[in-house]
Amino acid sequence: MPELPDNVPYAIRTYSPERLRDAFLKMHLIRKFEEGAENSYTRGLIHGTMHLSIGQEASAVGACMSLTDEDKITSTHRGHGHCVAKGADVEKMFAEFFGKETGYCKGRGGSMHIADPSKGNLGANGIVGGGLPIAVGAALSAKRLGTGAVTVCFFGDGANNEGAFHEALNMAAVWKLPVVFVCENNKYGMSTSIERSTAVKRISDRAAAYAMPGVTVDGNDFSAVTEAVDQAVAHARAGEGPGLVETLTYRWRGHSKSDRNRYRTKEEIADWQSRDPIVAMARLLVDHHIVSEDEIAAVEAEATTIIENAIAAASAAPDPKVEEATRDVYTALILDEGTPA
Amino acid sequence: MNAQTETNSRELTYSEAIREAMDIALGNDERVILMGEDIGVYGGAFGVTGDLVEKYGTDRVMDTPISELGGAGVAVGAALTGLRPIFEFQFSDFATLGMEQIVNQAAKLRFMLGGAVSVPVVMRFPAGSGTGAAAQHSQSLEAWTAHVPGLKVVQPSTPEDAKGLLLAALEDPDPVMIYEHKLLYKMKGPVPAGHYTTPIGKAAIRREGRDVSIVATAIMVHKALEAAETLAREGIDAEVIDLRTIRPIDRDTVLASVRKTGRLICVYEGVKTLGVGAEVSAMVAESDAFDFLDAPIVRLGGAECPIPYNPQLEKAVVPQVPDILDAARGLTKGRI
Repeated sequence: MPELPDNVPYAIRTYSPERLRDAFLKMHLIRKFEEGAENSYTRGLIHGTMHLSIGQEASAVGACMSLTDEDKITSTHRGHGHCVAKGADVEKMFAEFFGKETGYCKGRGGSMHIADPSKGNLGANGIVGGGLPIAVGAALSAKRLGTGAVTVCFFGDGANNEGAFHEALNMAAVWKLPVVFVCENNKYGMSTSIERSTAVKRISDRAAAYAMPGVTVDGNDFSAVTEAVDQAVAHARAGEGPGLVETLTYRWRGHSKSDRNRYRTKEEIADWQSRDPIVAMARLLVDHHIVSEDEIAAVEAEATTIIENAIAAASAAPDPKVEEATRDVYTALILDEGTPA
Repeated sequence: MNAQTETNSRELTYSEAIREAMDIALGNDERVILMGEDIGVYGGAFGVTGDLVEKYGTDRVMDTPISELGGAGVAVGAALTGLRPIFEFQFSDFATLGMEQIVNQAAKLRFMLGGAVSVPVVMRFPAGSGTGAAAQHSQSLEAWTAHVPGLKVVQPSTPEDAKGLLLAALEDPDPVMIYEHKLLYKMKGPVPAGHYTTPIGKAAIRREGRDVSIVATAIMVHKALEAAETLAREGIDAEVIDLRTIRPIDRDTVLASVRKTGRLICVYEGVKTLGVGAEVSAMVAESDAFDFLDAPIVRLGGAECPIPYNPQLEKAVVPQVPDILDAARGLTKGRI
């Protein structure tokens, strides 16, 4: 690719039109996946809850741009987007969401535990901060085994007040491990705002306490996210140690299905919706002649079709067998009948 | 054990046996690493890792910060991605700080992910009272982890088993929690040289007998054996079973013994209620072995209080040899 001037956004300078189009498709797939999930819930197709990431698509997709299938991610309870960004098959994701045997976790995990180890996705996590030490462990393996892999650890603003956050960042720095901490700051841990929960103004300021670079970027700006995370990933891959990237973003929907949005205003929600990361990405791609206006609509239509087909196929997939409810608790455990297992 | 290994058996302490197992594992398998607080040049709070750091270096014998939650989680993440970590909690009590990673992550990842992964992590928990370390350094919380499907939980009582169970744990694809009683670290016993494994999930009959079954764990095995010698002089023939693994419990061995003796005493150091004794008793009550009982089941467990500091009190709140003698005499009075 010819050298482009520095005033051209990083993503445009760095990635091929094919990669950028693919990233745009993934952002749409995330949006449509979440909308499809919400619609399925409304129609009574799932039980349990879900945590939707509508509005956060640029952060998930942007952060995974320089990762290969060998690189790992750990994710959160709001993890559908990370899963798509890391290359998951949306049909298997929906099958898991519907609790089917054909799902990523064979119906045992559901929305909060979707993982795809074949693509390096070590899984969403139902515990706030649960993935942070695990990501550091994955980075320790990479360093020790010399795989060259980097781990990107996604977590939210809520997790930055968990002890696990501080312990994980400290160890990653002490051992100079190839891990990048990506904090998706969507302003609220359930209902409690960052202002009411966190002593520092920027979560990235906390990087200084662990002697690692920390940067805050507009999480709805695909190119800005990509630039910051790519730089941190390159740094980690070169053996220079961990980094922290805070992406400022917003979840358009409530925390989960029971959320009545009593802690934020309609105006605030509308303001963030006016800064839709997908609209911004479309503008970026059109302005730099990566895709035409017609193609923009075609990508969205492609995503719609993929998601509709995935929902249809997943809905028709078989449920797990009740008699196999306790399968996979252990890899191999020989127990006589009646022994608690 | 075959004749070959028996001839290579030497006397080692429980602590030396564990160290030898770790040494063998580190030597045989590049994926094995040790992690824990002060396990490097300090050699471990109880000296179990000793000088292994000199042989294998700080990359493989890793001192962690005082971060039990994070450290346990790093071990889980490393196990998930190709390493075989052995994580030492300095005191088993400190594992309360790491329970999130043990209970929510290590135990459940395989299941939650539909069998797509396994978590071959080994965690070591120096446990138990008797050192004068008081309430936060003396607990026996093994029943906590034994309550969690997805974990395996062992309590070696001899140097031979301490080594064999650790090597078995390393070969196991699932998370194995090893509770080591601190008062056993200096106990000596025969330990076969080289690599061998002690099966997880198998109890050992330490003494055969006809009159009463004493099912014990960890240090209580030795108290039960001591009691059995006294009882033998009184004409009471006690069978002593060392459970060795409390998840999964070796149901067959326990039930067969109760069918034979008709009497059951369960001795363990953890708090009496809702512990190992409750599970063993229920196993008997729910099975045909119940029909063989000639007397009520007796549980001897820790008192319903934290471990006190004062040495007389500390001793009084966990089962001792006289408690076992009293129980066995009571169960057999006038009946044998």
